[in-house]
Amino acid sequence: MMVAHDPIGRHLETVGAWILGILWMLPLLYAVWSAFHPAAYATHFDPLAPLTLANFKAAWQAAPFTRYLINTVILVTLILAAQFVLCTLAAFAFARMVFPGRDLLFAIVLLQLMVMPDVLLIENYRTVVQLRLADTILAIALPYLGSAFGIFLLRQTFLTIPQPLDDAARLEGCGLLARLWRVYVPLARPTYIAYGLVSVSYHWNNFLWPLVITNSVTTRPLTVGLAVFATTDQGIDWSIVTAATLMTSAPLLIAFLLFQRQFVQSFMRAGIR
Amino acid sequence: MVGMRRETLQAYLLLLPAIVLLVAFTHWPAVATLIDSLYATPHGSRPPPFVAADNYQGLIDDPVFWQALLNNAWYAIATIPTSIVLALLMALAVNQALPGRAMLRMAYFLPTMLPMIAVANIWLFFYTPDYGLFDSIIALFGGGRHNWLGDASTALPAMIVVAVWKEAGFFMIFFLAALQTMPTDLKEAAALEGSSRWNYFRRVTLPLLMPTTLFVLVNAVINAFRVIDHIIVMTRGGPDNATTLLLFYIYETGFRFWDTAAAAAATVVLLTIMALAAAFQFGVLRSRVHYR
Repeated sequence: MMVAHDPIGRHLETVGAWILGILWMLPLLYAVWSAFHPAAYATHFDPLAPLTLANFKAAWQAAPFTRYLINTVILVTLILAAQFVLCTLAAFAFARMVFPGRDLLFAIVLLQLMVMPDVLLIENYRTVVQLRLADTILAIALPYLGSAFGIFLLRQTFLTIPQPLDDAARLEGCGLLARLWRVYVPLARPTYIAYGLVSVSYHWNNFLWPLVITNSVTTRPLTVGLAVFATTDQGIDWSIVTAATLMTSAPLLIAFLLFQRQFVQSFMRAGIR
Repeated sequence: MVGMRRETLQAYLLLLPAIVLLVAFTHWPAVATLIDSLYATPHGSRPPPFVAADNYQGLIDDPVFWQALLNNAWYAIATIPTSIVLALLMALAVNQALPGRAMLRMAYFLPTMLPMIAVANIWLFFYTPDYGLFDSIIALFGGGRHNWLGDASTALPAMIVVAVWKEAGFFMIFFLAALQTMPTDLKEAAALEGSSRWNYFRRVTLPLLMPTTLFVLVNAVINAFRVIDHIIVMTRGGPDNATTLLLFYIYETGFRFWDTAAAAAATVVLLTIMALAAAFQFGVLRSRVHYR
């Protein structure tokens, strides 16, 4: 196996990679197949089978998916906005300010990278109930607003921004927040995009905590709504269930297909730390 | 606050909202879990009595807890190496000039963008007896009916397959990121010396990927104990607790049986496992992996 010329090995690798790729695509392709065909063709792969949108229509009418969609959009927007503001402020303090206890506080923040709120269901449920916020969209968001990941990512970026830029802004009479807004935030834009995409896709898909803390149509995000729909409302009509499944994942999937490069690069950027 | 420097005060104000939220929903609940695990489950408004290690004794005496722990161990042992090896193979594949590279990368990565609960719904149908995709395919070859999720011997492997399918593409991204930052002059030098591709991979690529592998490994461990969405949708821990993972056990104990003290004790076990994973990462990082 030489590096330069080894056509057979290369071809075998390509074939192997594609077999794996097709295997990986099959479940999704199958879901698309069954969602767009009548239930009778769910496991009957006739290329001439009639296409239909009836499954989507039936799913959309069988449960309040419009409301679930609105809830999810509110949820991810709320989380993203709060995370951007809070993480920016904290990251700036950690990156560019000197104060007693800085390293200790930073270590405390980093602990959350290991112990995520997802596993502390019982205590967080108790806290939210005590705050009288159970079954609200704010309650779903609360445990994720202070994000160690976001603080860390932004701090690393802020550290790479040349100090002279900051000094220049200071000489022009900019206060702390003005410097942050005019110097740091614009220069950290790629990090914000990366973090934003990771955060939105995480919270669009998050399930367990929303399941625990919500109990009504007006608060449930899409994931919980889909689970409720698939387990209780629907018997065994798989075509409708897969249609609902695709519907709830569609906005994120379409965004991903359109901005594939940005998504992949964002996940990469967020992973390198 | 009179003597405090202005910058110190400003810094604390900037940190305040983020730190308060972090502590309130991560650090404090972790500590509270530890405390609650030493008290009985509260009933009514009376303060619960201190019971020391009773809740832990209860866990030790509960065969379901042990089964959850064992299931989770098997689940982790099967899921983690499989998804990491597949992720590495995927990354190596799409890191080279290959026909349809962008398409392949998308195929590998797509499951990551789906909610686990959507994934669970799709796979639920594959596993359905008689009508499901697997049984339909087996029937073509004259095979009989399989109750994949209803049979205690196949239910957990079925969950493992779902987890690997969902996660491998996610981990691929990190390997891909590492591969793309690798210096190409090393590769040229190796080629000049006539070193084989396998040798180059073993001696150069793999060692350089060690920090990434470690990072992925720790994430995989955390995920193996953190994600139970598919269990909730597909099996509810059954049949006969065959797919009960630790967090699912906690979820059931806490929110179905409302035995919050027992759930707290089990959460402490879970937190300990995660802390060990973290300690392992920092320990190894300090001692061995000194790249990057």
